[in-house]
Amino acid sequence: MKKLAIMVFGALVLAGCAGKPPAPPALERYAPAAQLLFLDRVTWGANATAAREMAELGAGRWLERQLAPPPGDDLPPKAAAQVAAMTITQRPVLMLAADLVERRRSVLALADDAQKKMEQQAFQQELTRLGREAASRSVLRALYSPWQLREHMTWFWMNHFNVFMFKAGLRATVGDYEESAIRPHALGNFRTLLGAAARHPAMLRYLDNAQNAAGRLNENFARELMELHTLGADGGYRQQDVQELARVLTGFGIVTRETARRGPTPSGEYLREGLFEFNPKRHDYGPKVLLGKPIRARGVAELDEALDLLARHPSTARFVSRKLAVFFVSDEPPAALVERVAATWTTTDGNIPAVLRTLFSSEEFRQSLGSKFKDPIHYVFSALRLAGTGEQVADTSRILGGLGRLGQPLYARPTPDGYPLTRMAWASAGQLAVRFEVARAIAYAGDWRIDPSLEKRLGPATVKALASAATPQERNLLYISSPEFMHR
Amino acid sequence: MKRRQFLAGAAAAGALPVGRLWAVPRVHTRFLLVFLRGGYDAANLLVPVASDFYYEARPNIAVPRRECLEIDSDWGLHPALRESVYPLFKKGEAAFVPFAGTDDLTRSHFETQDGIELGQPLGGRRDYASGFLNRLAVELVGPGAISFTDHLPVVFRGAAKVANASLRVPARAGLDERQAKLIAEMYRDTALGAQVAEGFAARRDIARAMGAEMEVASRGAIGPRNFAREARRIARLMKDAYRLGFVDVGGWDTHINQGPTATAGAAPGYLAQRFEELGRGLAAFADEMGAAWRDTTVVVISEFGRTFRENGNRGTDHGHGTVYWILGGTVRGGRIAGAQQKLARGTLFEDRDYPILNEYRALLGGLFVRLYGLDAVRIGKVFAGVAPLDLRVV
Repeated sequence: MKKLAIMVFGALVLAGCAGKPPAPPALERYAPAAQLLFLDRVTWGANATAAREMAELGAGRWLERQLAPPPGDDLPPKAAAQVAAMTITQRPVLMLAADLVERRRSVLALADDAQKKMEQQAFQQELTRLGREAASRSVLRALYSPWQLREHMTWFWMNHFNVFMFKAGLRATVGDYEESAIRPHALGNFRTLLGAAARHPAMLRYLDNAQNAAGRLNENFARELMELHTLGADGGYRQQDVQELARVLTGFGIVTRETARRGPTPSGEYLREGLFEFNPKRHDYGPKVLLGKPIRARGVAELDEALDLLARHPSTARFVSRKLAVFFVSDEPPAALVERVAATWTTTDGNIPAVLRTLFSSEEFRQSLGSKFKDPIHYVFSALRLAGTGEQVADTSRILGGLGRLGQPLYARPTPDGYPLTRMAWASAGQLAVRFEVARAIAYAGDWRIDPSLEKRLGPATVKALASAATPQERNLLYISSPEFMHR
Repeated sequence: MKRRQFLAGAAAAGALPVGRLWAVPRVHTRFLLVFLRGGYDAANLLVPVASDFYYEARPNIAVPRRECLEIDSDWGLHPALRESVYPLFKKGEAAFVPFAGTDDLTRSHFETQDGIELGQPLGGRRDYASGFLNRLAVELVGPGAISFTDHLPVVFRGAAKVANASLRVPARAGLDERQAKLIAEMYRDTALGAQVAEGFAARRDIARAMGAEMEVASRGAIGPRNFAREARRIARLMKDAYRLGFVDVGGWDTHINQGPTATAGAAPGYLAQRFEELGRGLAAFADEMGAAWRDTTVVVISEFGRTFRENGNRGTDHGHGTVYWILGGTVRGGRIAGAQQKLARGTLFEDRDYPILNEYRALLGGLFVRLYGLDAVRIGKVFAGVAPLDLRVV
């Protein structure tokens, strides 16, 4: 806690923390200042609407509503209209994929080289446009959806089950990956989420499992599935397990033109769901032992058996609970907290709302409020939510550009580990310098003022700097550049 | 450039340990570490042309003997480096160290990259706040250190002050001086105070070094993937304000379709293109350094090698030993350095990978001893518990 204490500004000072067991859930007793800090921590940043809602409901009831959101977006009209007009909204992913496959075929068949090159470029631009649509939708939801916790957790899981949209044709499927595999389960059950991510064509392509076949093993997905998605690097598996899991995963891939032509069930166990397929001809039907346990199923059912084993492994409970605690509490979360969260994980079989409830009602969480350094995406979104004026809709392409400059663009982390969640990764000299430049762009975009009810308690150095502001825009700049605003 | 002449621990002004002043290493020495993230396929870079087993193990992706650039009777170089690194090698300004790497066996990109960058003994508790280049910076009086990346990499974490800025796309104009000063004031007494001040200062250095290019480039002519352009920018800063640098290059995790070398009429495959771009970048860096190349050493590393056999998808999976490159005007090259062994079916590590015969901490430690004249105590602070391995390459 020492490191954190240095940067806590205006945070709660609570008595009797050391040594004693954590207090019972006390969300209802959060005072207004604490409620603001709570909002800053669990949402993409406090704004006037959310603050009002929390003041009315109290933090506890507000949280319960957030943990069980309705399926719809509930975006304000202008943002909703933008999403409704998107190709990825209007065209189901299967049709979209078929269009693109057809288009690429016709481009490749072109005889004229110059025309072919032009058409190939246009094809690539269309893919990029689709990926950017998905990213824009994600930004609009983060900024304007009232169901902030779902959007926040959607980003967390997208980062946990990271894919890189600039690999192959992933730009066309990344939107569906978020929409149908991740977001519906962001506040659901971990095992269901894991299964949806593992079956999605974006993941199967990204980690090369679409190429993994009997006798032609590709270990990539198997390794990351254990190291990054479930057990963690020190979760107790060996190279032998990677190879065994890779064999389990053979045959799970993406529908190709050939298999698509053959109709729904060309042979016994063949299975297709959307773009996902299980092809028995590519599957290794030999016996397998994973983590010391023989796999009982043969064929298509092996995937679920292996995922059950991984999802229910104690290492997974600990690894993912700790990651949630790093995201929501501190860079070095107390071991006792992680143990309690993991215990909830185990007793509820990975029920995400239950796990979050344990986390958010902990004393450690409460004491940490205001001290977590914002990564670029938290920084940019919270500044924009502060600046947001409701009616107007932000220019998402500028926002995406800003995230790129800060090194945290959406769907564009090339490596499967996802973006780091700790201060050490984001607070270097170079990053801070760029952050202030992005702050300037936000501060001077439009004529906005900070809602006084949202202003944090500020230290004397910040108060002094704000007093030197020559214009309202410069005051915005200094406020969102302040050490207080860099933390959530 | 006085501000750049940082002392150990940066902030500890006046707390200079006695004995430090007469042990000042040669400050004109420049060192750039290039990290190929993803585990590049070293066996297709430095090709074991004498090994029939190599050609058996890679029926689809081996680099044909007749296409390799001549190195010696055992090894050949990938033809994508013909115009770039091979001429440096012929001039004696490049050497390769096969069977290099870390003994870490996780075969995880992230574990292994972190482990290498930390450079601490294996098996102990990792201190994630202490990377080996930062520990080196602490031992050196004089050179400014900079990472040419968006993030400060693990290798540069630690007590010494290190700037960072990606030069992939040229810098833009920042805040005005007054606003920068107001912001820096807000941070002066916080834990981020030093970083904020350093950040503003580095932006000014870069703006100065880039000068004319920034104006041209802001009209949007430069592609972000062009490593040669980036490498020239890096050289301009290393000639001028900095002596210790780091940059990483991604895109080496070739599990599928590594692709062919460029043969007459056919386009080069993916890996060949990556080698070509990297090679052109390194050659451009050497060129841009000009006279300062004489005092420059560049080391190219990666977290691990890849499987000796190709996998089912004309690619390779995570392996173990790799090949390090050492380039520079300081280098006594034109040869393969370090311990070697024959490559046959029975000599692979775990029947799949290159073994490690040249452990990276010993190897880099030996290099630093030669470059900077560090004594045993000092090099022990950079790489604890390992005897430096003197390859006599620099």
